[in-house]
Formats: sequence, C-alpha cells, structure tokens
Amino acid sequence: MAKVLIQFAHPILSKSRVHKALIQSCANLNDVTINDLYERYPDMYIDVDREQALLRAHDIIVFQHPFYWYSSPAIIKQWFDLVLEHNWAYGSKGNALVGKKMFNVISCGGSREAYGPTGTNRYPINQFLLPFEQTARLCKMTYLPPFVIHATHRLTPDQLIDYGTQFRTLLAALAAERIDFQHVEPLDYMNDLVASLANQPV
Amino acid sequence: MQESFFFQAMVYLAAAVIMVPVAKRLGLGSVLGYLLAGVLIGPACLKFIGQEGTDIMHFAEFGVVMMLFVIGLELEPSRLWRLRKTILGMGGMQIGITTVVVAGLALLFGIDWKQALVLGMIISMSSTAIVLQSLNEKGLMQTAAGQSSFAVLLFQDIAVIPMLALFPLLASATPVSQAGAHASVTPIESLPVWLQPIAVLGSVAAIILTGRYLTPHLFRIVAKTNMRELFTATALLLVVGIAVLMTTVGLSPALGTFLGGVVLANSEYRHELESDIDPFKGLLLGLFFMAVGASIDFQLILANPALIFGLVLGLMACKLIVLLIIGKTFKLSTDQNLIFGFGLCQIGEFAFVLFSFTAQEGVLDKQLTDVMTAVVAITMALTPLAMLLNEKLLLTRLGVVNKDERESDIVAEENPVIIAGYGHFGNTVGRFLQANNVGTTVLDVDSDNVDWLRRMGFNVYYGDASRHDLLEIAGAGKAKIIVIAISDEQKRLELVETVKKHFPDLHILVRSTNRYDAYDLMNAGMLHIYRETLDTSLRVGVDALTLLGYRAHEATRAAKTFFVHDERTLKRLSAIRNEDEYVSAARETMEELERVIQADRSSPDLRIDEGWDENSLIQDAQSATRT
Repeated sequence: MAKVLIQFAHPILSKSRVHKALIQSCANLNDVTINDLYERYPDMYIDVDREQALLRAHDIIVFQHPFYWYSSPAIIKQWFDLVLEHNWAYGSKGNALVGKKMFNVISCGGSREAYGPTGTNRYPINQFLLPFEQTARLCKMTYLPPFVIHATHRLTPDQLIDYGTQFRTLLAALAAERIDFQHVEPLDYMNDLVASLANQPV
Repeated sequence: MQESFFFQAMVYLAAAVIMVPVAKRLGLGSVLGYLLAGVLIGPACLKFIGQEGTDIMHFAEFGVVMMLFVIGLELEPSRLWRLRKTILGMGGMQIGITTVVVAGLALLFGIDWKQALVLGMIISMSSTAIVLQSLNEKGLMQTAAGQSSFAVLLFQDIAVIPMLALFPLLASATPVSQAGAHASVTPIESLPVWLQPIAVLGSVAAIILTGRYLTPHLFRIVAKTNMRELFTATALLLVVGIAVLMTTVGLSPALGTFLGGVVLANSEYRHELESDIDPFKGLLLGLFFMAVGASIDFQLILANPALIFGLVLGLMACKLIVLLIIGKTFKLSTDQNLIFGFGLCQIGEFAFVLFSFTAQEGVLDKQLTDVMTAVVAITMALTPLAMLLNEKLLLTRLGVVNKDERESDIVAEENPVIIAGYGHFGNTVGRFLQANNVGTTVLDVDSDNVDWLRRMGFNVYYGDASRHDLLEIAGAGKAKIIVIAISDEQKRLELVETVKKHFPDLHILVRSTNRYDAYDLMNAGMLHIYRETLDTSLRVGVDALTLLGYRAHEATRAAKTFFVHDERTLKRLSAIRNEDEYVSAARETMEELERVIQADRSSPDLRIDEGWDENSLIQDAQSATRT
C-alpha cells in the first residue's frame, strides 16, 4: 500500500464547484490524507515541523489547486519556500523525500485547446508546471503528469460528478499500487490513464 | 501601655488584617469588615480603644479628602462638565426633597421648625466614603447607578458650604450660642463681609492656577531627583495644602482636593499621583470606618433600642423612597435605581461634623445630637448590609422578572452564538460577527448599557449569564458557541462551570486577563482561551521593530512565531505550575517570569523561517568551492 497526501489549497473554497466535488469524492478513502492548507494556516503561518512529518509519512504527494495565473495560489509557493528546507529536502544532506512521487491536480478556466500552440495561452499546461517538475527533481522525487480539469466554467453537474469519480478511482489505484509508473511518465495528463483504470478489475 | 502610639497602631492594623479578609471571604465587602473590626476593638467589645475613637475619626476623615482627590484625578474636566445636569438636578433634588420631608416629619414629632430644618439638612447627607468604596469594590462605578451616586455625593459636598453658613442663623438666640459661634470662627470670618466672597473665589482660582501652571514644573523638578519618597511627599503636600487652604476660607477640604484632582486629571503625573496617594487613602478610609464602628455607643442603644432603631429604619426608608423617586424621574432602570437608592440611603459622615458643630452653635440640643450620632453610625454600618440584601434578594428577583418579560423574543432568536458581557471586548466580537451576518444573542448585566444597545438595534438582553436558567432562555441549548467576554475573572470561572455542567456541547471561547487567569481557565478544561493583551502587545512589538528599521514582514512573522511559542510555553508551564496556594503571589510572579524568559531563550520553536534563510546553502556552496 502507498500513502497518498493531498496538499489542497483553495483560498475561497465556498465558491469552487470543482474542488468541492473533488474533495468530497475522495473523502474517507483509505490511505489518503487531505491537508487543507488554507484551512490549517489561514494566516500563511505554516507549521514546518508538522508539514515535514506529514511528507515523511506519505509516499505520493499531490498538490490540488486552481491554476491561478499559470501557477498555484500563494500558500503553495509559501509552503515550498518554507517546508522544503536545504539539507532536508534538497542539498548534499537533504534526502527526506528521495523516491517519493509528486504531481499536480489542477482546475483551469481555459479548454485543453486554449493551452495549445494556437490557443490564447500558447503553451501546454505541462510547460507551465516546469517549476513544480524541477522542484520534485531537485528533491529526488519522481514527477508525474498532472490531472487537469479544463473549462471549469462550462461543466455540467453530471460532468462534475464524473470528474469526482475519476479522481477517486485514480487515488484508490495509487494507494493500492495498481499503477505501473513506467506507463504513466510519458503521458501528458494523468486523466488519460484513468480511462484504462476503469477497465481494470478493482 | 494602652496609651502608646504603637500599641494603638498595632490594634487597628491587627483588627483590619483579621476582619477585612474574613468579611471579604463571607462576601460582605471590605467596608463592613472595617466597621466590624471597629466594633470589636471598640468600647463595646474588647475595649482596646475608648472615647479617643471620635478623635481618630476626625483624623481619618482625611481619607475622604484623599479619596475625592483620587476621584478628581480620574475625572477629566470635560466629563465633569457632561455630568453637570446630573449633579445639579439629582443632587439638588435629593437634598431639597429629603430636607423638606425629614423636617416635616420632625415638625410632626413636635420639634421646633428651626431645629427640624437643620436636622433635615444634616440627614439628607450620605456617606461618600462608604458609598464610593462599596461601589468601587463591586465594580459599579461606571454604571448609571454609580455615576448618579457620584453626582449626588458631589453635590452634597458642595452643599455643605452654604449649610455651614446657614446653621448659625438658625440658632436659637441664646447667649450661649453666640459664644459658641465666636469660638468656632474660621479666619475668613474676621475679614470684612465684602472681602469674604473674594477670598473664597480667590482660593478656588489659586487651586486651579497652581494645579494647571505651577505643579507640573514642581513635579518635573521633584521627579528629576529620582527619589520616590520625595514625589510621595510632594503629592501629600499638595493634598494637605489644598485641605488647609480650603479649611481656612471655610470651604470643604474634600471639595477643594476634588477640584485639585480634576485640574490634574490631564497631567502626565496623574497615574504617579494616584498610585502615591492611593495607599494613604485606603489606610485612612479603613481607619475611618473602624472609628465609625468603634464610636457606636452601645449603651445608649441598649437604653433606648426602640427609639434608636425606629429612627434608623424610619430615616433610611425615608431617604430610600426619596432616592428611588428621583432615580425614577431621571429614568434609571429599576435595578440601577435600586443600587442607587440602597447605596445612598444612609446618613453620611458629614453628620458627625455637623452635629458637633450644631451642638456648639446651640442649634440642636446635646441629647438630640447624642441620639442622632448613634443613629448615623448605625445607618452607616447598615449600608453595606442593605446593599448586600438588595443584591442578593431584590436584584436576583428582578432578574427573574425581566427574564419572563423577554422570554418569548429570546426564544424566537435561536442564534448560533451567545456573547456574555458586552463591554469593549464582547462588543467588538459581536460587531464583527454581525458584520458577517452571524446572529448573536448578547447578555449583559448593565441594564442601561443593555437599553442603549437595544435602541441601537442589537439583540442584547439584561441578565447574569452565570445563571443557567437565563442561559437556557437565551438559547444555549441550541447555540453552538458561547463567547465569555465578561471582565470579572471570578464570574468567568463561574460561568464556565455553569456552561460545562448544563450545556456540555457548547463551544466555549473565553477571554482571560493574563497568564494566571489563563492557567485557571486551563484547569477548568478550557481549550479556547484568549489573553486580552497578548495580541495587542505583540502588535506594539511589531511596530517597535518596524520603527527600529526591521522589515515589516519580518517583524510580523517574528511576532507570529513569538505568539505560537508563547501559547506553547503557557500550555507547558501550566502543567508544572506551583499549585501551592500559600506561595506568595509576588514570588510566584517572579518565578513565573523567570521560567517564561528561560523558555524564550532556549526554545527551539523560535527558529525563524529557515526556508527563506540561505545560510546553509551559502555554506555548502563555499565549502564546495574550497574543495
């Protein structure tokens, strides 16, 4: 069994349909811990010791957040700055995170096409996520492709439920170690994996 | 041996040290404690002091003078000006009506009209010392009842002056009284008539001008010597000086020092003065109360118990009724009016002075003044008891009445939050919650505050939140949270116990005064404790660091780190706190502070934001280049 830690950040969750649906769908899953950063640290005063202990106790670190300005809400950046200390997470003596997996779960208003060479945003999501990817690398973790929910403003309630189910399936599979990471790493999105998971026997 | 000064001092101090804590413990208040101490050491019981009790009383009356000085210090001129209507209106009515009613009764008992009038005026006085001390002790000075009582007492102090001038005119025209009048002339009376008012006005002006322009310089010079006792001496000199000046021109020394206090209320030395005078004031007042207790002539009382107690009860009832009518006229709510009425219904210490004065002047005969002096002392001794009875019997019953009236609309509220205590603290919490559309039900014990807030459209109810039936009606059974914002530490603990017992599902958010109070609340099982000065002090710290050139964000982070550390330290130290109650409070404070400071120095959780600090990175990089 693998332990999954969801580092969740949304500054106003009460206004977010998508993240409410995602969080609800993965509640009370075995081996999945949700760490609601804005709820825990409303004044951005992050308890570094606690966060480091949480990281140690988990194998897969998921950053779930809206894709504000091609990145994350501020608390996640604050979290990186303060928690990933030199000689703990990285540096010659920093080996606390070696071998762990990390990926982002993000929601964005633009469609998948809008993040193409001809779209408004010009670059694919994966490229905007390079700072996350390189952070994971520097901390000797494996960075996996993101799970992305596009065009959030146009989602129907049914689609929301569908995404919730997909997310839950993905997390359950990760926790049960039913995923062959050799197959995952070349993918653009983790979403592409979920379809194949559905066909597998649970 | 009984003559020795030290023996006397020892007797008084021992009586006070024994009786006052006992009285406080029994919930009787310090005034009653001092009075009982006086009775105990007086001629009636242990006979440690005899007739000299009266002399001591005259000496100790100086405590009243000092008390008015301290009150003046706390009363800025602008506030005094705002009180002017209350002072003139309530005070004037109180003296006027009481005088007329008592004089009328005296006439019915066949006393000559001149004597009746004098009696009326003397009996209309109340005891500044007892009333203000008791109200202060009960924390009622800032309530409507407290302010009204103060206004009436102040007017009485002013009224003494014309009374003293009037009494000789009312004396029966006998040669004895003429001689008496001459015996007691004040120096001012030797002046020509046209000069007298000028002298009086001149001395008042002298106090104001000296207070405003001269004393600040004097205090600055004295403060520079860095000798604390010299400052105390200066403060005492000021008070005594004013008293002497006032006595010389025939004004009440209490009034003069009060004026001096008001003039100095805006000065930067106000707190220094207050803390210097305060112990003298306290001791002298205590001595005064003991002297009153000792002066009660039990033999006279035993000789005519019916007459004396009839007079006591009759006069107190008479004064009480007049006071209640006045309170009603000035729109005091029922409970405030009762506090006001029961507080002021005794006959004051001025009566002792006035009776001895009138006896000398031949205005009243000796037999009458003897009886009346005993009556006055008894009414004074009964006041703390009357206030206590009012509190325990009438006010609680009143709470029930109020509750019933308002029951239905409270039930209709069913708000998620109950706030107990709506002073500065609770009212900020309440406003914040209401701004975010959270319904709050507020309970407060100051009914005038409550009425005002209700007019402003707040859901505020009168009531003592520590009564579980009232909490029930306020919806504590259905609410989620109770915010305990009352300022009295003891009351807070009582309320915590009530809530824990009757409404165990309610989250309790409780205000605490300081660390010690917080420890008590922790012992009571509280999880959400808010030390009222912690956040503010740290904000001051942040601004201080910022002004010293620290970056604002770093200072703010440092304060947050300190806050978290301090809360942790509090929890840790609460476990190892010395539970021995007998360790003196002062020593405990020092030891506690030492532990806190040590924790500040050695704490690992005060390390600051190392993720932002690149020191170890730089060291790594440097050692890499070296190799």
